[in-house]
Amino acid sequence: MAQLAAVVGVGQTKYKTKRGDVSIAGLVREAAQNALNDAQLTWDDIDAVILGKAPDMFEGVIMPELYLTDALGCNGKPMLRVHTAGSVGGSTAIVAASYVQSGVFKRILTVSFEKQSESNAMWALSNPQPFSPHLNAGAGGYFAPIIREYMRRSNAPYDAGIKVAVKDRLHGAKNPLAHLQLPEITMKEVEDSPMLWEPLRFLEACPSSDGACAMVIANEDLAEQSPGKPAWIRGAAMRSEPTMYAGREQVNPQAGRDCAKDVYKQAGIDNPRKDLDCAEIYVPFSWYEPMWLENLGFAEEGKGWELTMSGATSLLEGGDIPWNCSGGVLSSNPIGASGMIRFAEAAQQVRGEAGDHQVDGAKTAMGHAYGGGAQFYSMWIVSSEKH
Amino acid sequence: MRDVAIVAFAQSDCVRDAGARNEVELIMPVLQEVYKQTGINSAQDVDFTCSGSCDYQQGAAFAFVAGVDALGAVPPIKESHVEMDAAWALYESWLKIQMGQAESALIYGFGKSSPGELPIVLSQQLDPYYLAPLWVDTIAFAAMQARVMLEQGLITEAEMAEVVARSRKNAANNPHAQLKGDVSVDELLAEPEYESPLRRHDCCPISDGACAMIICTVEKAKEWGKPYAVIKGIDHRIETHHIGSRDLTQSISTKQAAEAAGVAQGPVDIAELYAPFSHQEIILRRALNLSDDTKVNPSGGVLAGNVMMASGLSRIGEVAMRLINGEGKRGVAHATSGPCLQQNLVTVLEAQ
Repeated sequence: MAQLAAVVGVGQTKYKTKRGDVSIAGLVREAAQNALNDAQLTWDDIDAVILGKAPDMFEGVIMPELYLTDALGCNGKPMLRVHTAGSVGGSTAIVAASYVQSGVFKRILTVSFEKQSESNAMWALSNPQPFSPHLNAGAGGYFAPIIREYMRRSNAPYDAGIKVAVKDRLHGAKNPLAHLQLPEITMKEVEDSPMLWEPLRFLEACPSSDGACAMVIANEDLAEQSPGKPAWIRGAAMRSEPTMYAGREQVNPQAGRDCAKDVYKQAGIDNPRKDLDCAEIYVPFSWYEPMWLENLGFAEEGKGWELTMSGATSLLEGGDIPWNCSGGVLSSNPIGASGMIRFAEAAQQVRGEAGDHQVDGAKTAMGHAYGGGAQFYSMWIVSSEKH
Repeated sequence: MRDVAIVAFAQSDCVRDAGARNEVELIMPVLQEVYKQTGINSAQDVDFTCSGSCDYQQGAAFAFVAGVDALGAVPPIKESHVEMDAAWALYESWLKIQMGQAESALIYGFGKSSPGELPIVLSQQLDPYYLAPLWVDTIAFAAMQARVMLEQGLITEAEMAEVVARSRKNAANNPHAQLKGDVSVDELLAEPEYESPLRRHDCCPISDGACAMIICTVEKAKEWGKPYAVIKGIDHRIETHHIGSRDLTQSISTKQAAEAAGVAQGPVDIAELYAPFSHQEIILRRALNLSDDTKVNPSGGVLAGNVMMASGLSRIGEVAMRLINGEGKRGVAHATSGPCLQQNLVTVLEAQ
């Protein structure tokens, strides 16, 4: 049986377009040191390091864990490198948790990062693949037609995406680490921003960020001795499906639905909207909030936009199920770290450590990440309660 | 830790250039082979799937995404990927079984190095600020390591040639090997130097290919009714990236992993060592403290064929299959990553 594990330390960097003040090693070290400080631990207290990041072409360094072992205090210890596309930050956290849940390790450090300013993600995501049609579109171009199909099916109002773009930036303005700080943003400003990939406007897309996120995960004994409040991992799940196959449901992918069902079952969640206090969900393009509200069972199919428009997902409007109180991916997107930031922010909420974007009394929260052609999913549920 | 059974293993031939075959076409045959060995139909019949590959070999982001197309992942499956040799994908799967979240797992690794110049490509694995701009390739680093060993009198060129001659001879019985044959130490020493002191034959060849494995709990192996070998211990360690801070004549991280995996707890009949350069086999034999009774690299090892991202898992598969076939009772498999054996994984296996 899996053993209990909990997040006992969280560290993040400030997210911004270019962290010219640090090297890649400096960036991951900053997040890792912050996590150790949060847990009141030192490098010697760590048994293994699990590193995650998106494609190596984003920085042009092959298997950077080899170079980063010194910066992460890992010499003489086990180092593993996870890569599952955009979901990688979440998958890395789940793999890291398994080091402890297996009983093989007592306390580990997990780190994920992206230094997007070192390269050009649009290029790295779109370079021609042998034997495949060349899709020179980047992520936004890939997802736009799927979003249009969602709008057609659900009859959602044209401004549901605009509402998400504003809501997440207003949340981000409460998070000093968020890349975009837009406390004055309005619906009109988003609507007037240039159209990039119909129906996605510039302000409905995530930024390109440099940044890293780290967590210390410990077993039950050590978590109980930890000076801060632990975030107990109550469930963790991953699912994958192919990019393309006949009859694939791309708007509401089965892999996402199955993954959610699995993680809810582990955590004893019957009704996610009622049983969770908040959620950090991977929304890199505005319309993915209503789409994931449906995919993850927070709303009936075709009704996700109604939750968004009603303010149910807004912390500032007093919604009953705030999504992305940290500002989400729409406010900060160091790609390889973005999934782990969701998982870590969920932990911070149930630890009561989320600062100005804290949901009052949050006990149970969900972290979510997805990647590839919306085909790779990782999710976890953390709680202030052990059982 | 509970024992974990290896019930199936398959590897492709090591070929210098797989031509127009893409990743899916490299993976499919080895997957089919392990399904057949296990008596199952697809990845749907195991609880977890994990792969190892490296985008830079193919020269495009997300090499592993195409791999998912080979799995029949409809309905969706529980799946993960390491940007490492698939030996570490095995490690991730082993943890899943230890924590009770899976009873069985499919692991595969693949690499198509032929589209690029592998030694130069791998130079971009180095510290991007201080080392990568120098474009020091893998062979140059290995040559420096061999030079240090020769100058300290820790090896001789004849000992290096003996490693190669044994590899070529053992590979004669390995249908997947790329380089094989009878060649004497004297003939090898008569060859010109390539990157001094290394001769071409001291360096592993560059290969395209794939391998796959199925592991499970011992209970599941019995249910499947297939012969199996068990993983008794597995551990991996990394050491500093900075070559100048390391004693290149030994492999500290291999010693640490061997200690944790329990290599010394019994005699070792068979060892498969991931030594891309002849002198590194000697370093590894010493780090693992193998006696003269141990049969080292009966497959020919990676000097006979080296599919980057699959070779480490193949070392484990080679030992497991030999134990299942009764060639020994206890074996050790080793995998490596990074310049001059920076990161190492050691597995201890036993026959049943």
